[in-house]
Formats: sequence, structure tokens, C-alpha cells
Amino acid sequence: MIPVEYYLGLSAIMFVIGALGVMVRRNPLVIFMSVELMLNSANLVFVAFAHAYQVLDGQVFVFFVMTVAAAEVAIGLALIVSIFRSKHNINADTVNELKG
Amino acid sequence: MTISLIVFFLLAAVAVLAALGMLLSRNAVYSALFLILNFITVAIFYLMLNAPFISIAQITVYAGAIMVLFLFVIMLLGAEKLPQNTSIRWQYPAAVVLGVLLALEFGYVLVFQIGGLSTAAALPANFGDPKDIGGLLFNQYLLPFEVTSILLLVAMVGVIVITKGDKTTR
Repeated sequence: MIPVEYYLGLSAIMFVIGALGVMVRRNPLVIFMSVELMLNSANLVFVAFAHAYQVLDGQVFVFFVMTVAAAEVAIGLALIVSIFRSKHNINADTVNELKG
Repeated sequence: MTISLIVFFLLAAVAVLAALGMLLSRNAVYSALFLILNFITVAIFYLMLNAPFISIAQITVYAGAIMVLFLFVIMLLGAEKLPQNTSIRWQYPAAVVLGVLLALEFGYVLVFQIGGLSTAAALPANFGDPKDIGGLLFNQYLLPFEVTSILLLVAMVGVIVITKGDKTTR
């Protein structure tokens, strides 16, 4: 039986990498991928605690997080496509005005 | 006992290396492929944690649908390689300092705050059965489940409106 602390440590490492990706990268697609990585590490903690406490509710919450992540990705990618259509550039540093 | 630990550490190494590869690779397509590898290792972790339903949902929804959407958009926009010129010079050092701080906080909480979380007695044999999850989802969590469907509908309508908006003005 693997202690739940190991899963927490792995999830913390993945979360830190995702946070670094959000802070460092300038490609908004990679920033979205880093957000997905952070959501995924949170899901791992949910499932690990569901296993540790023998309660299934954690797994149900992972299901909800997955649907919210899917909705978020769809909206985010649509925004990126829309920004690219109007500016022909999606570098996060150049997208600094709310005009279309 | 030891075999599961070995499997855990091998998979953890693959997951962390894939995450680092996603962070460091210059090409966004490689980033997406590394992230798919990470998602698959996490799905195997879910299998080790008696969560087969979540594991399969992870592979179909994340590695299947979401990442294919990412790859389509990357290739559609031709955004594989963006110039990495940052207009903020202190961004990298600040990001590294903040990341190290976050890692130190996680380490502090893991080492000093969480203790004695050892797993209890042996699991029941059918723990994590998809039948039980379905029962929980459609009885106790029925309202959140329906709200989720509304959320997906709103996302779908929103995507159509966002991507169609500037065509009508043209």
C-alpha cells in the first residue's frame, strides 16, 4: 500500500510545474496546458484521498472537475481563435488591449 | 508491497519528466504530446488507486478529446513556435523565485502539517466500482450533475457565439 503522502508530494510537484508554466511561457496555448496540468494534479489528490478514506465522493468530484475543465478549454480555445482572427498574433505579451 | 512502490516511483518519474518536458519544450505540439503522456500516467495512477471509471474518463476526455482539440487549434493557428521575446525582463527570475516559494510551502505543509494519514484497514473488494459511482452520481449528486449539463450547454453556445461573432460583422 502506497502512503497517501507520496501522492500528495507528486501532485505538489506537478502543481508547481504547472504554475511555473503559467508564469514563464508566453504562448497562451501552453499556458492553458499548464492550467490543465494544475487541475490534473488536484484531481490526483482527490482520488488519493478518496482511496485513503475509502469514500467515493472524491471520485465524483473529479468527474465534475473534468467537465468544468472541458468547458473551460472549449471557451479558452475559442477566445484564442477569435483573438488570432482579429490580431493575427496570439503572443500573450501583445494581447494587452480590449479592443477587437 | 515493494512492487507497487517501484511502479509508483517509475510512473512518478515519467509523470514529472513529462510535465517538465511540457514546460520546457519550445514547440507547442511537443508540449501537447508531453502533456498527453502525463495524463496517461495519471490515468494509471487512478487505476492503482481503485478508480477505474475516473481512469477511463481521464483517457477519453483529457487525453482524447481535450488534447486533440489543443492539437487542432495549435496546427490551425500555426502557433507551434512563437518568439519567446519577453517585454518584461525580470519575469524569469520572478517566476523562478515564486515557484521555489510555492514548492517550499508545499514541502512545509507536507512535512510538518500532515502526519499520520496512513491508510486504514484493507479496502473492500469492489471499492471504486463504476456501478457505485453511477449510483452516487444519480442519487446524492443529481443536482450538481444536472448543473454540469447546463454548464456544458452554456460553454457550447458561448463557443459558437465567440467564433461566429466577427463573421457577421464582416
